[in-house]
Amino acid sequence: MNHWLTAPILIPLLGGILQTFMGYAPMPLRRTLAVATTVLLVAASLILLSMADDGSYRVYAFGNWQPPFGIVLVLDRLAAFMVVMTSVLALFCHLFSLGGADEGNRQFHTLFLFQIMGLNIAFLTGDLFNLFVAFEVLLIASYGLLMHGGGTARTVPGLHYVVLNLIGSAIFLISVGMIYSVTGTLNMADLAVKVPQVTGENLQIVKAGGMMLLIVFALKAAILPLCFWLPRAYANATAPVAALFAVMTKVGIYAIIRVYLLIFGDNAGELANLGMDWLFPLALITLAMGVIGALGADNLRSLIAWQVIISVGTLLAPIALGSREGISAALFYMLSTTWTVAGLFLVATLIANHRGSAGDRIITAPKMHHRTFLSVLFLIGAVAAAGLPPLSGFFGKVLILQSVEPGTNMAWLWSVVLIGSFLTLVAYSRAGSIVFWRTVDGHLNAPDRLSGTTAVAAGAMTALSIVIVALAGPINEYTDATAAQLLDPSAYLEILKAPMVGEDN
Amino acid sequence: MELVFALVIGTLTATGVYLLLRARTFPVVMGLTLLSYGVNLFLFSSGRLATGQQPILGSTESYADPLPQALVLTAIVIGFAMTAFLVVMSLRNLADNDDDHVDGKQPKRPTEDHKQEEEARGK
Repeated sequence: MNHWLTAPILIPLLGGILQTFMGYAPMPLRRTLAVATTVLLVAASLILLSMADDGSYRVYAFGNWQPPFGIVLVLDRLAAFMVVMTSVLALFCHLFSLGGADEGNRQFHTLFLFQIMGLNIAFLTGDLFNLFVAFEVLLIASYGLLMHGGGTARTVPGLHYVVLNLIGSAIFLISVGMIYSVTGTLNMADLAVKVPQVTGENLQIVKAGGMMLLIVFALKAAILPLCFWLPRAYANATAPVAALFAVMTKVGIYAIIRVYLLIFGDNAGELANLGMDWLFPLALITLAMGVIGALGADNLRSLIAWQVIISVGTLLAPIALGSREGISAALFYMLSTTWTVAGLFLVATLIANHRGSAGDRIITAPKMHHRTFLSVLFLIGAVAAAGLPPLSGFFGKVLILQSVEPGTNMAWLWSVVLIGSFLTLVAYSRAGSIVFWRTVDGHLNAPDRLSGTTAVAAGAMTALSIVIVALAGPINEYTDATAAQLLDPSAYLEILKAPMVGEDN
Repeated sequence: MELVFALVIGTLTATGVYLLLRARTFPVVMGLTLLSYGVNLFLFSSGRLATGQQPILGSTESYADPLPQALVLTAIVIGFAMTAFLVVMSLRNLADNDDDHVDGKQPKRPTEDHKQEEEARGK
C-alpha cells in the first residue's frame, strides 16, 4: 500500500470541489487556488515519477481489499510517465486560461480540474471497469469544456462528440461484460493470468470482447475509420481546452498499450497479440489521412487538429509492431508531440486574436501585431511537429524509424512516415508564409495588447520542445526502461500478492 | 428464460442502433437510451441468469454473482446523467440552429444544387 498513488487523483478532486463552491468568489482568489492546485499536482506527479523510476510496481488497494477483489491503483513507469506528461501540459494550459479564457463560465476551473482527475484515474487504475469509469469522468468534464465559450460554432461538433462517445461507452460496457462473463474478473493483473487459460467456445467470446475493446480505444485515439469527429471538435474548442485535449487521444493509445501488452500480450496463449496485425495498416492509413487533412486545412486550428491525427498514426505504427525499441520510441514521440501540438493550439489562438477579422484563417490579411514574437513561436512549434532537426519531433521520428527491423513493414513505415513528414512540412510552410509574410495593405483596428500570462504560457509550452531535446538522454533511458517493463508483464502479476495493511507478513 | 432475455437484449440493441442512425436529434437520444438499456441487461447477464439465489459464496451450491449488479448500477447512473446532458445539448442545438437535424441544417438536396448551378450558368 502506498498512499502517494492517490495524490494525482485527490489533488484535482479536492481542488475541483473547492472551485465548485467558489463560483461567486472573487476571480483572483479562484484563479490563485486553481493554479495552486495544478502546481501541487505537478509536484505530486514528479514525486511519483521518482518513485516509479526504480522499476518496481506500487499498489494502492481501495478499502484495503486484496486484489483481484477490490479496485487497485497501480503505479509503474508508464503510468508515472503519462501522469507527468499530463500534469505539465495541464499547468501551462491552465496558466493560459487565466488570460481570459476562463471567464464566461463559473465552473471552468472545476471542469478543468475534474478533467485532469479523470485522466489521472485512467493512467493509474489497474482495473478494467475502473478504466471505464475514468473514461466517463474525463468525458463528462470534456463535454462541458468543449462547449465552454460563447457563440454557436461549438454546438454541432459538441453534439457529435457526445453522441459518438456515448456509443463508445456502450461498446466498452458490452466488451467488459463479454470478458467478465468468461474470466470472472476485471482486475488487469488477474485478467492477464486468466485469459491464457481460456479455451474452447469461450475463446471466441473473449476474442470478440477484446476486439470490441480495441474499437473503443480506437475511437478515443481517433484511428482512421473513427477519426472524423476530431478535427471539427478540436478546431472549435477554446484554446486551453483544445491544448488540454491534445492528451485525450493519448489516453486511447495508453489504454491500447496497457491492455494489449498486459492482457493480450505475447503470453496470452491463443489470444496473443490480438488485433495488432489490424492496427499497423490502420495506423499508416491514419497517418496518410491526417497529412491529406492538414494539406487541405483552411485555418490554423484545423491544421493543428489534423496534426493530432498524424501523430496518432505515427505513434501507433511502432506500437502495433510491438518491439521494445518501437514502444520506447513511441513513448518518446508521444511526449514530444503532445506538448508541441498543445503549444501550437495556444499559439494559433494568439495569432487569431491579433489578426482582426481574418482570425486564424490561412488567408492574406493586414500586417498583424506582435508578428515577430508569434511567428517565432509558430516556427518552433511547426519545426517540432513536422519533425525537422534540431527539435524534439525529429528525434522522436528518428527513433521510430530506427526501431523497425528491415522487411516489408520497414518499407511501408519509412515511406509513409517520411513522405508524410515532407507533406506536413509543406502544409506548415504554406500556412506560415501566407499568415506571416503575405500581407495586404490595410489597418487593423484596436490593436490588442499581448497579455503577459498567455504569452508566457504559450511560449513556455512551445519551449518544452527544446527542453525535451536538452533532456533527450535521460528521457530516452526512461522510455527504454518503460518499454522493457511493459514487455515483461510477469512482474505486474505480483500485485495480486501485494500485502494489505494489517496482514502479518 | 435465456431465450426471452436474449431476444429482449437483441430487440433493444437493434432498435437503438436503428434510431441512432436517424437524422433528427430526438430519435438519436431515444436510440442511445434504448441502446444503454440493452447494454445494461447484457451486463447483468454476464453473471449468468439465476433466480432465487444468494449472492454469498459458500452458502449454497450455486449463487448469484453480485459483481455484475454493481457494474450495472454504475452504468445506469452514468447513462442516466449522460442522457440528461444529451437532451440539453439537443435543445441547445435546436435553439442555436432553428433545426433539430444532427448537423444543425438540412443537407442540400441534389435538385436544389442543379437549380443553383443552372441559375449560375444563366447569369
